[in-house]
Amino acid sequence: MKRWLLLAGLAVLVAAPFAHPPQYFLHLAILILIWGMIGTSWAFMGRFGLVSLGHGGFVAVGVYTTALLWNVYGLMPWVGIPVGIAISLVLALAIGYPAFRFRVVGHYFALVTLAMGEVVRLSIIAARDVTGGSLGMTPARVQPPTDVSWYALQFTDKRYFYFLALGAWLLALWVWGRIDRSMARSALEAISEDEVASASVGIHVTWQKLRVTLISAAMTSLGGMLLGWYNQYLNPDSLSGIGISLEIVFAAIVGGMYMAPGPTIGALLTISFRESLRTYFGVQLIGMAETLYGLLLILFIIFMPRGIYGALYEWVQRRGQTPPKTPVAPPREPRPGTAEAR
Amino acid sequence: MFDFFLLEAILNGLLFGGVLALLSLGLNLVFGVVDVVWIAYAELVMVGMYIIYTVNILLGWPLYVAAPLSIVGVSIVGLLVHRLVIEPILNTPPINQLLATGGLLFFLQSFATLIFGSQFRNIGLSLPVVEFFELYVSFARLLAFGVALVGIVGLYLFLRRTYIGTAIRAVAQDREMMGLMGVDTRKVYLITSAVGGALAGLASILLVLQQDVHPFIGLTFGPITFMICVLGGLGNLFGGFIAAFVISQVISIGSFYVSTELSYVIAFVLFIVAMFFRPEGLFQRRS
Repeated sequence: MKRWLLLAGLAVLVAAPFAHPPQYFLHLAILILIWGMIGTSWAFMGRFGLVSLGHGGFVAVGVYTTALLWNVYGLMPWVGIPVGIAISLVLALAIGYPAFRFRVVGHYFALVTLAMGEVVRLSIIAARDVTGGSLGMTPARVQPPTDVSWYALQFTDKRYFYFLALGAWLLALWVWGRIDRSMARSALEAISEDEVASASVGIHVTWQKLRVTLISAAMTSLGGMLLGWYNQYLNPDSLSGIGISLEIVFAAIVGGMYMAPGPTIGALLTISFRESLRTYFGVQLIGMAETLYGLLLILFIIFMPRGIYGALYEWVQRRGQTPPKTPVAPPREPRPGTAEAR
Repeated sequence: MFDFFLLEAILNGLLFGGVLALLSLGLNLVFGVVDVVWIAYAELVMVGMYIIYTVNILLGWPLYVAAPLSIVGVSIVGLLVHRLVIEPILNTPPINQLLATGGLLFFLQSFATLIFGSQFRNIGLSLPVVEFFELYVSFARLLAFGVALVGIVGLYLFLRRTYIGTAIRAVAQDREMMGLMGVDTRKVYLITSAVGGALAGLASILLVLQQDVHPFIGLTFGPITFMICVLGGLGNLFGGFIAAFVISQVISIGSFYVSTELSYVIAFVLFIVAMFFRPEGLFQRRS
């Protein structure tokens, strides 16, 4: 029953672009899928209390690597993408290994990752001779210009990107499922409860945390590359830095980061909410949309720390309408961060 | 061999350290006592700058009226932040509090955009550049340095010599025990938040003298302020003060030899590395 529902939903998602929806809606769908994917990748770590405020750094590293390889050396993005992922992995390793080894947890970990995001942003600005600094850069148009270039990942028809984004998003959900069913999940949950106790029963704390961090970093930078290649414009301030990293976290929180669809629902809600406020207020009252958005975020964290999906799930469960034998992930108390350890 | 410009860079770094120290003072207090990272602290400073701009330019009142109003205004904002945002989630994991103030960051930024627009604004006052023995230093920075010194001494005396200051230090040491001993921790938190806000207001006065205000100004100095607080050790005011000067020298000398952005990169990398080896801050005594 549930499987059929999922397949039907997937069929709708695949078929939707062939019904010739307005370009604007297609654009929104692509953004939601990409940000949903990035949020899901963030939540690989976030759900276990590893709150990173520097995921914008991974987004920027991936996309700048691909764009620079393409513009400067003429290497096609298909080569650039693995290189970008590799560099993100190196960055994640350089931050993650010492952080986990020396037990930097809770909001100390958040601040270290925040500093990492800033390092990436400022390095890109500092290398303004090749990256264009704060003005941003544009990947060069493929020569000779064509409408559909798989070689350069440049398409005039948005539907190609829609399918790429859909694929990437499904990949992220699949990875989520793998993590969810693995032993690593139990280990990581134990670690987020009590690091010392988990170490004492033989869980390799550093390795468990590092592995999920590496997966998260790789997926995030993949999402970043899609985003940059879709927009065909890169800017250090809108890809890295504190603002964007916080937004990734917020989307995951609003949707609910303890269950697979949560971050995507968060991206769906935040993007559609912003866009509708923006079209509603138009050019008057600039900033109104974001003001309401910020206000709602605060309210969410105060009153619904498990997110909309988490709260809904709990509500449905309590009413006893779903058969109790199918809990995907039993509702758990939210307890991100274990700063008490210090 | 002796480089005159390097000396100037060092001197300016010293004064820049004063600004950073002043900025980190209030955050450090809140961080140490309430144990909450106000990610939106730099935005509180921005609120103070806008208060001065509004009172001084839009209402046309003199600066010596605008400046105290900014301190009072931001301290009320600090009080409200604690009462409305932090208090409801005080007993949830610390990361939630950090994220809630992150929401506040968005809120304040866009609220400022809504009211003032995203243009750069200033109070149209430029302080002179002072020359000492052929070294040129900005008077605004010199002033900030002096005020930072006065601020830290004042805060030290407040914490050491007053009754409520003693209560604040006691709560910072053991919040649960103090509650059991009959200290009204709620009141202590509210006062701490208000004092933290007032210090942000004080910093905003000195910042508005040297920089234009715009809604995103907080992002330029916010992250570095957190780094300083953590480097100095949470709630360790003197540690934070010294860390401010270490960081400012790194930035100032780094800007002299390489570039401003790279010098910030060096400062952040230094922070990350320091965090791995001394997570309790550079100057904290190990308990």
